[in-house]
Amino acid sequence: MSSFNIIGKREPRVDALGKVTGAAKYADDYNLPHQLHGAVKYAEYPHAEILSIDTSEAEKVPGVEAVLTYKDVPGANHFGLIPNIRILADDHTRYLGDVVAVVAAVDRRTAQKAADLIKVKYRELLAVFDPEEALEENAPVIHEGGNEIVHHKVRKGDVAAGFEEADFIIEKTFKTQPIEHAYLEPEAALVYPDEHDGFTVIGCMQNFYTSHKVIAAALGLPLNKVQIIQSTMGGSFGGKDEAATLVAVRAALLAQKTGRPVKMLSTREDSIRQSYKRHAYKLYYKWGCKKDGTIAAMEIKAVADGGAYASMSPFVTWRSVVQATGPYYCPNVKTDVYAAYTNNNFTGAMRGFGSPQVNFAIESMMDELAERVGVSPLQIRLRNAFEDGAETATGQKLTHRVSLKEVLIKAAEASDFERKWREYRSEANRTKTFPKGIGLSCAYRGVSLGAEGVDAASAVVYVQPDGSVTVSAGIIDMGQGARTVMAQIVAEVLGIPLQRIHFLEPDSGRVADSGPTVASRGTIMGGGAAKIAAENVREIMKHTAAVVYSVSPAHLGFRDGKVWDDNGKSSRPLCTFEELTAACYARGKPLFASGVRHVAETNWDEETGQGNAYFTFVYGANVAEVQVDSATGQTELLNFVSVHDVGRAINKATVEGQIYGGVAMGAGYGMMEEFIQENGEAKTINFDEYYILTAMDVPKMKAVIVENPDEHGPFGAKSVGEPAVEMAAPAVTNAIYNATGRRVQNLPANLEEVRLGQKLRRNVQRASVACKIEPK
Amino acid sequence: MITVSLTINKKEYTCEIDPQTTLLELLREHLGLTGTKRGCEIGECGACTVIMDGLTVNSCLVPAFQADGSDITTIEGIASNGKLHPVQEAFLEYDAVHCGFCTPGMVLSAVNLLDNNPQPSQEDIRRALAGNLCRCTGYQQIFDAVQAASKKMKSKR
Ligand code: FES
Ligand code: FES
Repeated sequence: MSSFNIIGKREPRVDALGKVTGAAKYADDYNLPHQLHGAVKYAEYPHAEILSIDTSEAEKVPGVEAVLTYKDVPGANHFGLIPNIRILADDHTRYLGDVVAVVAAVDRRTAQKAADLIKVKYRELLAVFDPEEALEENAPVIHEGGNEIVHHKVRKGDVAAGFEEADFIIEKTFKTQPIEHAYLEPEAALVYPDEHDGFTVIGCMQNFYTSHKVIAAALGLPLNKVQIIQSTMGGSFGGKDEAATLVAVRAALLAQKTGRPVKMLSTREDSIRQSYKRHAYKLYYKWGCKKDGTIAAMEIKAVADGGAYASMSPFVTWRSVVQATGPYYCPNVKTDVYAAYTNNNFTGAMRGFGSPQVNFAIESMMDELAERVGVSPLQIRLRNAFEDGAETATGQKLTHRVSLKEVLIKAAEASDFERKWREYRSEANRTKTFPKGIGLSCAYRGVSLGAEGVDAASAVVYVQPDGSVTVSAGIIDMGQGARTVMAQIVAEVLGIPLQRIHFLEPDSGRVADSGPTVASRGTIMGGGAAKIAAENVREIMKHTAAVVYSVSPAHLGFRDGKVWDDNGKSSRPLCTFEELTAACYARGKPLFASGVRHVAETNWDEETGQGNAYFTFVYGANVAEVQVDSATGQTELLNFVSVHDVGRAINKATVEGQIYGGVAMGAGYGMMEEFIQENGEAKTINFDEYYILTAMDVPKMKAVIVENPDEHGPFGAKSVGEPAVEMAAPAVTNAIYNATGRRVQNLPANLEEVRLGQKLRRNVQRASVACKIEPK
Repeated sequence: MITVSLTINKKEYTCEIDPQTTLLELLREHLGLTGTKRGCEIGECGACTVIMDGLTVNSCLVPAFQADGSDITTIEGIASNGKLHPVQEAFLEYDAVHCGFCTPGMVLSAVNLLDNNPQPSQEDIRRALAGNLCRCTGYQQIFDAVQAASKKMKSKR
C-alpha cells in the first residue's frame, strides 16, 4: 500500500480558489429580482400558553406582503427526530427562541418593523431551567409525557462488589456549560417559486436531506416539487441542522404565500437566540480504585440539559453512555445518562456529540487517581489503557489496532511531558506569580453513527466523454475539506490528476439520501461511497480495455493518467485515460456509476447497554502547556500537542487543519466559551459577549498524525473532525491543576473559576423553578 | 436619500442610498460585491474587513456616507488581471482556507499588514489578525500562509 499517487499528499483544496477571491457564493450571497425579505416575531416568555395572536397592525405596514402564524402552515408544522420542534409556535412557547409569526416585506427594516407590531396574548406558565429540577416530580411539564427525553444505561459486572474490593474511592461532581457553535456564517436561505410550480431552496443546511423532507411536508407538497440547493457553507460544526432548516422552511412558507422569492437571514443575534447549543451536563463520577492504580468499579450518572426540544439529544447522550468510562479497563460499570427538557435553548448536535462532556470528567478523574497513587498522569493512563483485543464497558471486543498507548507516548515525547510535569508541580513553580503547568488527556471515539443510527452513504462518479470527471455525493463540505478528500479518493482509483475532477454542489435531486454529515463520518462513509463508485466505473473501463487490447482485465492498472498492462513481470502503457474513455463511449458504454457504502454490523441492548456499539474506534492524546496569572486567574495557552490515529490521512494538510481547528475550539471550551442564559434569556448573543479564541489566544500547536489503516475505511482512513476537539478541554484544566494545585470541576476555567474556584455570576438557572417576567 | 461617490477596486461609483446604509450593505446589497462577508454587524468578527484609504476597517461599522470620496479595496480587487496576490496563493498552498467565510477579511488584513510591514514577526502577524475571527482553522495555517507570502514577496522585490 506504499505507492499512492494522490492519497496522503498535501493537495490544495478543490474548492478554495473561489474562497480567496470572493467569488464563492454562500447562502446570503444569492439574490433575485423582486425578492422579499423575512423577519420573525419571537416568543416573549420562555414558557407560556399562547392565547391569541393579532397581526392586523403588522399587515397594515406599507411594503408588507405576508404575515404568517402557525394557522397558515398548509402542511406539517412539527419536525425533528422526536417531532416536537415547531416551525411556528402554536399552543405554547417553550423557549425564548421560539418564533410566533413571520413577516415578508420589501426590505429587512420594513419586515422587522412590522414583526414588532404583532401582538400576542399569553398565559404565563411556570418554567424550569435546570434539567435535574425538570426531572423532579412536581416540575412544570414542557411536553406531554413528561420531561425525560431519554435514559440510557450501561450495566457490566457488579459495581457493589467492585467497590467492596476497592482500596479507596474517588467521587467527584463535574459541570459543563452550554456552548454556541459560532460558525462564522449566520444562517440564511433564499426560496423562490420555480417554473415547475414547485420551490427551489438555496441555503446552508448541513443535512439537506432532512431539510428537504421538512420543507416539502410543511408546504404540503411532494418531495419532487421542492428542490434543495446547497450553497457554500461558512462552517457548521453540527449546528446547521434543525437551526438552518427552521430559517429555510420559514422562508419557504413566505415564498409559497406571496408567490415571490423570499430571503430570510439571521443576524448573529437571531442565530444565537434561536439555534441549538452543545448540551450542558452535570456529571457524577464515583470510582473504586486499587492501590496499584487500576480501577475496580465505576458508577456514573450524567444529566444533560436538552432544552425546549428533543433534537439530537437521544443520540448525543447515547454516545456519552457508550464512552463514559473512557478507554480504560474496568470490570464493573454502572452508567446512567439522562436528557431532560427545560425552557432553555434546545441542544443538539455539536462537533464532539456527547463526548467532550464525559471526557472532561473522565480525564479529570484519571489525574486525581494519578495523584492518589503517586504516579504521573502518563503512567496512570498507560496502566489502565485499552490494548489490542480489549473489551469495552459495553462488552465490545476491539478487533482493530488499539493505538491508545502509541498516541499517549507520542504526545508525551513531543511535549517533553514527564520532565515538565515534574518540574511544574514543584512548590517553586506553584508559588510564582505566573506558574506554568502541563496537562495530558486522551480519548477513544466510536466512528460514525454507531448502533443507534441507520448508516449508509452514496456517491455518483461520471467520467465525461472527454475524460473529465464529475463527482456528486451526499456528504456535505462545511469547510472540513470533505470534497477534496472524496475527489482525492476518486483520482487515486482512476489514476488521474486531481485537477481533472469536478465536484458538483449537492442537490437533492441528484444523489440518494446519504444521511447526515455528522459523527465524523464524511471520510469513512462519503469517501467509502466515492471509492466504490469510482471502482465501479473503473470496472466498466477495464472490460472495454480488455476487449480493445486483448489483455486480461485483472492485469490492468490506472496510474499517471494512463492505463497499464501490469502482467506481473513488466508494465507497459496501453493508452491514455482519455483514449480509453473515448473507446468506451464509441462502444456505447457510458461511464457512469454510483456507489453505496454500508457499514459493518453493530448492535445494542437498550436494557443492559451491552453490544458492539461502533464498527471501529479512533484514538488520540492531547498535551496542553499553560501559564496562569495567579493574581487574576487568567490562563495563557503556550503550547499544544495533539496526536491522532486517523487510520490513514487522505490529505495531510486537511487532517492537520482539522486538528488545529479542533484544538482551538476545544481549548476555548475549556477556558472561556460559555453560552449564558438567565431565566431562559440568552445573554451572550454576539461576539462582544460570546468569546472564542482569537489569533492572539491560540497556542503554538503541533499536530502529530499516526496511521494504523483500518479495514473499514477507504484506503484505511477513519476520522479526525470530532476527535480533534473532544479531549482538549481536560488537557487544559489538567495543566491548570499542574500549575496551581487546584482542580477545575466546572467548565469553563475562566478567570474566576481559576482564581476563586467558583463562578461569580449568580446561578439563576438552579435557583428558581418559577420564572417571572413583566408582561411586555 | 443621499448620494455617495467613492472608488472601489479602482472603479468609480456613485450611489443613491438611504442614510442609514452601512458600507457593508452598500457593497453587498447595492453593488453586488458579496465577497465582503456579514458575520456580526457589530465590529467584532472582521468578516466584513475592507481596506479604506490604506487602513483596514470593519465595513459594518462605517456609515456609507462616511466613505464618500474614499478609496476602497475589497477582496474582489486583490487579484489583478486574473493573477492572484501572493497572499491569496499562500492561503491556498498552506490550506489556510477551510469554510472560507473569514478568508476575505483575513486576506485583506494580511495584505494590509504586508503593505505596511513587509517582514512581520509571528507576533506582528497575530496582532494584525486579532480582529478577524476564524472558527475553523485555529489560525495556525493562516499564520504560516502570511509568513510564506511575506518571504515570497521579499524575493520578488
Ligand atoms: S460583520 Fe463587521 S465585524 Fe463582523
Ligand atoms: S475558515 Fe471558516 S471561519 Fe475561517
